[in-house]
Amino acid sequence: MPINLRIPPPLRRFTAGRDTFASTAQNLAELFDALEKEFPGIKKSLCQEDGSPQRFVNIYVNDEDIRFLGGPGYRFHDGDEVLLVPAIAGGCESPCPSR
Amino acid sequence: MTYALHLKCRECARTYELEPLAACEDCWAPLEVVYDYGRIWSDVRRQDLAARPATMWRYRELLPLKEDPWVGRFTGFTPLVPATRLARALGLGELYLKNDAVNHPTLSFKDRVVAVALSKAHEFGFETVGCSSTGNLANAVAAQAAAGGFHAYIFVPADLENEKIVATEVYGARVVKIGGNYDQVNRLCSEIAEKYPWGIVNVNLRSYYSEGSKTLGYEVAEQLGWRLPQNIVIPMAGGSLITKVQKAFEELKQLGWVKPTPTRFFGAQATGCSPITTAAKRGAPEIEPQKPHTIAKSLAIGNPADGYHAVKAILASGGAGEDVSDEEIVEGIRLLAETEGVFTETAGGVTVAVARKLARQGRLRADESTVLAITGNGLKTIGAVSGRAEETAVIRPKLADFEEQYLRLEHAHA
Repeated sequence: MPINLRIPPPLRRFTAGRDTFASTAQNLAELFDALEKEFPGIKKSLCQEDGSPQRFVNIYVNDEDIRFLGGPGYRFHDGDEVLLVPAIAGGCESPCPSR
Repeated sequence: MTYALHLKCRECARTYELEPLAACEDCWAPLEVVYDYGRIWSDVRRQDLAARPATMWRYRELLPLKEDPWVGRFTGFTPLVPATRLARALGLGELYLKNDAVNHPTLSFKDRVVAVALSKAHEFGFETVGCSSTGNLANAVAAQAAAGGFHAYIFVPADLENEKIVATEVYGARVVKIGGNYDQVNRLCSEIAEKYPWGIVNVNLRSYYSEGSKTLGYEVAEQLGWRLPQNIVIPMAGGSLITKVQKAFEELKQLGWVKPTPTRFFGAQATGCSPITTAAKRGAPEIEPQKPHTIAKSLAIGNPADGYHAVKAILASGGAGEDVSDEEIVEGIRLLAETEGVFTETAGGVTVAVARKLARQGRLRADESTVLAITGNGLKTIGAVSGRAEETAVIRPKLADFEEQYLRLEHAHA
């Protein structure tokens, strides 16, 4: 079963409005490459020049910030739900029920 | 009439029209309002301001509105209180409280940002506004939406304390309880702002909303007799306030309204949620998110949107980030109340306790001027300090009991 990416509104200009993307990528780098192949130009909006995620993009896997899962090297599991969220909407105020 | 020119990305410098936008389309970074300072300089004199009403709108040329404010017309110009007794307790000299605990209409600095955001919402033609929040922002949006004739949706997690829901619903706002955590609530707001023609203050109105914070900085400078303090201690949640006060001070220097003296910015957080102070102590602006665990809920953002820029502002100023435990926060609330008669919420307790810590470390000095930003009212977080009142003994209505229970004890302590 592949992972599923929800494409946030700011990126849908690259995807002709599509809001989901299924992929068999094993990690974030592969996911970004797969996205770029499908939607040319999108990667520049997601990555810095060294390939690391943009500073102001928060990446969630199954509602958990990827930085709590070991960072961009996290290896995806089947069925993972991946979300990309602008940092302005990514605050986690206390009390976090997931704590 | 506006002096605002456009929005500019803080990172890649791409510019945008003055529209309701959440973030830069290229790099997702926050957008900053840019003004025509040359025209402000030639059109407005510092002394012109003295005749204007004592509200945040006396600095209207430095705010991004085209028209007169639609809401919050009486917001701001809160007292700058000389805090001599607190200064003595902390071993400091010239010390002031910027007391936004008495801001109008909902007793926190959020009244400033919401006054700008909802006035801008009116200019954009939004009839419905909203936010995600746990407290001060929810109160401010609900109240000013009511006063401005907006429909308001306030998005909260379902397990929020009942008091906070009541203090928001009372204004007629629709409080939407979400079965999820704050990340999920915020993400939902982001999607709503894209899909519906609504003004979400902390999403698509954020660039304007955050400009309201600058007025705290202008007021401090004017109330000090048009000079900048040598130090300012500011509580940090998302990190926006400290960056905006720094922007305010820089603008005043650029306009020649104050002498270009340096100010050290000290950012204050609770140790239980200290991603910004942790980065500042490390000396690098990259933020590692945290899972918050502190009584200072209004500051408990584990993944602060403006943390990166807050750390840069702190480090560039020669200031520092410092954090305090929940016990120290309660001590800070009590110390401020007992020395200055000002009852602040947990965020203010953080500021006072951090100031005490910085003074003990010698980083705030007695021969320097220091301002503490007290951003909210203690009546909103009364649970944090209610323990001692509950422990007070009940006596019979007899003079002898009073003397026995209280005066003898106090004589014994004397």
